[in-house]
Amino acid sequence: MTTLRWALADGWTVARRDLIHWRNQPMTVVFGITFPIMITLAFGYLFGGAVRVPPGAGYFDFLMPGMYGMTMLFGLSATMVAVSADAAKGVTDRFRSLPMAPSAVLIGRAVADLLHSALVLAGLLACGLAVGWRPASAGGALGAVGLLLLLRFSLLWAGMYLGLVAREPGAAVAVQTLEFPVGFLSNAFVAPGTMPGWLGTIAEWNPLSSTVAAARQLFGNPGWGGDSWVARHPVLMAVAWPVAITAVFFVLSVRRYRLLDR
Amino acid sequence: MTAVLARGLRKTYGTKTALDGLDLDVGEGTVCGLLGPNGAGKTTAVRILTTLLRPSGGRAEVAGHDVVRRPREVRRNIGLVGQHTAVDELLTGRQNLELFGRLHHLGAAAARARAGELLERFGLRHDGPAKDYSGGMRRRLDLAASLILAPPVLFLDEPTTGLDPRSRTEIWRAVRELVAGGTTVLLTTQYLEEADRLADRVAVVDAGRVVAEGTPDELKSRLGGDRLDVVIRDPERLAEAAGIAARAAGGPVESDPDARRVSAPVADRVKALTEVPAALAAAGIEAEDITVRRPTLDEVFLTLTATETPAHAGEERA
Repeated sequence: MTTLRWALADGWTVARRDLIHWRNQPMTVVFGITFPIMITLAFGYLFGGAVRVPPGAGYFDFLMPGMYGMTMLFGLSATMVAVSADAAKGVTDRFRSLPMAPSAVLIGRAVADLLHSALVLAGLLACGLAVGWRPASAGGALGAVGLLLLLRFSLLWAGMYLGLVAREPGAAVAVQTLEFPVGFLSNAFVAPGTMPGWLGTIAEWNPLSSTVAAARQLFGNPGWGGDSWVARHPVLMAVAWPVAITAVFFVLSVRRYRLLDR
Repeated sequence: MTAVLARGLRKTYGTKTALDGLDLDVGEGTVCGLLGPNGAGKTTAVRILTTLLRPSGGRAEVAGHDVVRRPREVRRNIGLVGQHTAVDELLTGRQNLELFGRLHHLGAAAARARAGELLERFGLRHDGPAKDYSGGMRRRLDLAASLILAPPVLFLDEPTTGLDPRSRTEIWRAVRELVAGGTTVLLTTQYLEEADRLADRVAVVDAGRVVAEGTPDELKSRLGGDRLDVVIRDPERLAEAAGIAARAAGGPVESDPDARRVSAPVADRVKALTEVPAALAAAGIEAEDITVRRPTLDEVFLTLTATETPAHAGEERA
């Protein structure tokens, strides 16, 4: 077999390791799916009455795309934890001492984490449908899901890079802690227009905002709009941001992985 | 033939020197023990020889392949049991071995068959995830995972550190069986006893280089073999006791007034245990305790490093 085919075959073997984890520890998967659902229900039923939403919108119609984006953001620390735990436990070194394709370690992580996020997103979509959220069209919904997973894909590489740099799972707690403020500093839950001017600008340029705004547009759900350039081109930016993040962190992760022998 | 060869191996991290010109020759089918304290450079040496780390200088070959230029060929010929037990704790033993079998490019059926063989051989027929295994079982699983392709050269980095005595004996037995089957083993250890039990030759490593090399017996005889410890009741008579111990000693006698103890290397333990008590009794010196014991690694180490290398700070990356 060629190098590429081995890289993919070995990558799938590494990814399957995670799938076996799911089978061996189903409760972990169930909790992974339930966590964003619980947050969604908490927001929807507890805070929902007090939050200003776009005129004429039901709160869940507005909230759900924000939660979908937020869930993709949570994947960042999940990847980081997995990568740094493997490094700390010597599993990465064991892989590196095998005659397998070296790139398979990263490919396997990417595939497994993307599948996991797709599963969690599917759970949350089902939750959304259950509480009354509706996408306007199937085609749009497919496009929105694609953009959400694209954001997750880009964060994979950021998480891998951070995990390889940190080398121990403890550092992931810091990233986990930062995910909420970074998520709140976006249009996912509130209008950037209601924030102090400079903060609103940061929130509008948050990659999460672009993905969430694009998802709202494609799902046909109400959004904030906005006059700034970035707010007027959500779909373009929902592609551009992940592509840029991937370009930077893919290179950084691969380089960092190769430098493990230094 | 030489299974593992290192010439002037160097590894530096900035200004820190982890390996400072390490030379090593491990003959095919033999066991070499790298003995040394934490930070001596043992793990760094293993990581370079297993292609996990690039040397800053020097060269190394494993199974006839250069570790820098032909890492893939090296990886096909080695098994590595690292310092940390590197099995997937959420997988069962069987799932772990099948995973590593597939990554060795065995087909699904071959990987399953090999996993079954190894589980049987290492007594790992346990269905739960590896995190529920005892430390010894996890270590045996780790060892089994490094033997998927029956590699000709096996690296064991402190294989029994942290294990209870029973598990340690089990690992030793497994290693001896492999060696009997012709496997070359390079193991690092902090325990003289482990090197003694397993190794044909021992290289004592300090500050990133080999400071002494030989069979375990050769190294011990360089220390004057066993050590005699005599604790007496009356500290005033320590000098006299030291004089008596010196007659049976094969090296310098050390006196510790606080512990009321004299200590000396002895070549012949039976002679020391018969003559010294008799001489003490004849001189009227009351002894509280007389023992002959093996030198500790500290003593081997302090003796060898005190005479053969200048003080030199070594750093080891965990």
